[in-house]
Amino acid sequence: MQYALLIYSKPGAAEALSAAEREANHREYLDIKKLPGVVGGASLHPVETATTVRVQDGQTLVTDGPFADTKEVFGGFYLIEADDLDQATEIAARIPAARIGGSVEIRPVIDNG
Amino acid sequence: MLACLIGYFGDFDLAEEATAEAFALAAQRWPDAGMPDNPGAWLVTTARHRAIDRLRRDRVLAAKLPLLAQPPEEAEDVMDGPPIPDERLELVFMCCHPALAIDAQVALTLRAVAGLTTEEIARAFLVPAETMKRRLTRAKSKIKVAGIPFGVPVASQLPERLAAVLAVVYLIFNEAYSGPGQPAESLASEAIRLGRVLAALLPAEPEVLGLLALMLLHDARREARFDGQDLVLLPDQDQSRWDWRQITEARDLLDHALLDPSLQHGPTARGPYALQAAVASLQAETPLDWPQVAALYGELADRTGSDVVRLNRAVAIAEAGDPAAALAIVDGLDLPGYQYWHSTRAELLRRLGRAAEARAAYREALALARTIPERRFLERRIAET
Repeated sequence: MQYALLIYSKPGAAEALSAAEREANHREYLDIKKLPGVVGGASLHPVETATTVRVQDGQTLVTDGPFADTKEVFGGFYLIEADDLDQATEIAARIPAARIGGSVEIRPVIDNG
Repeated sequence: MLACLIGYFGDFDLAEEATAEAFALAAQRWPDAGMPDNPGAWLVTTARHRAIDRLRRDRVLAAKLPLLAQPPEEAEDVMDGPPIPDERLELVFMCCHPALAIDAQVALTLRAVAGLTTEEIARAFLVPAETMKRRLTRAKSKIKVAGIPFGVPVASQLPERLAAVLAVVYLIFNEAYSGPGQPAESLASEAIRLGRVLAALLPAEPEVLGLLALMLLHDARREARFDGQDLVLLPDQDQSRWDWRQITEARDLLDHALLDPSLQHGPTARGPYALQAAVASLQAETPLDWPQVAALYGELADRTGSDVVRLNRAVAIAEAGDPAAALAIVDGLDLPGYQYWHSTRAELLRRLGRAAEARAAYREALALARTIPERRFLERRIAET
């Protein structure tokens, strides 16, 4: 079955690392993308670049942000193919954000096939 | 049997329904046709067929057909069928998966492994049957949708996942002591029964044996813990009301868990359950070997890092004859909101002849005491000291 691994990082956690550590983390993210079972994913620009869209009464409302004072921000995701939750957890546990103050949310993907 | 079918179909609800249908069919047929030679195999085979029929019939469930990777050809001839695989262990690990909320783990384990009805579980936990039904439904749905595996975890995950299983069983057992009345007693028996199943399935895991021994030892004193409505503390209990057969069984298990050389090297060797059971076993001896109890609490404190365990160790050291050393340990602990830290400190100060400090500490304990018998005891101490 397919799972989305939603990566939430702690703001400032990556900046607090040394350049070498950041480089090592970056390599780990690329390595995870090459693991068997990982079928897709993306990493996102910081939340400061975000735009929020709502539609009310047919009107499209576009606002800058969000800049809610959140402890963790959504930073990217992987889409993986795994036998079960334990296998998905093994991959999720390798994501650097999970050990530097952030977390990874595992969500089963609805199978429309 | 349920375990076997869940393992086969990977679907909790389907397995449950098919099992119920097979039993209903057996109740209908066996009285006339006689019981088959291998009733267990007959039930499993019948339930499998029912489940397959249901899957084929129900278009909504068509998506699950790929689950039936190998239709059971051999199932036509149940007499020569293969022995039913024991898949209870896989079921236990699935029910106690950490991705489920702890109350869901407890409810599922009682439902699927112990075989209690939803109504019985609801009664035992004092919640409406509807609430328990929703809790179980949500848990079963999460198992299916999130892909919680039906299987024994790999060796690297086993200690952690086994700890989760043992925690669920011990929680069920302790519920029996905190909850009032009849259902509680049956919960203690269910927990012990689950402990026995685990011990049979994992005989080389010292903590599994340790937990079973611990539950048997506590349960052996159940009759003696009450005099009418009053709680009777350990030193005052009537030992003739203890279940000595059960205590002997627990000691045999414990000897195995703590002394068998082949069991002393794994990650769960001399773990918290076996050590607590060893203390409970010593507590059933007269005279009580306090230095040995202190040593066990010391080992347990190293394993758990718990200040409450260190407090217990200090009590054992005082009882072994050294209240001054005990007080030094107690003063080094950070438990200001814990009633028994204050009352233990008070008791030690009293024994050391420091009456004014002892009274002050008793008053601190009294401010935190919640039950009337405890308050009466502390007030009496303040007056006497």
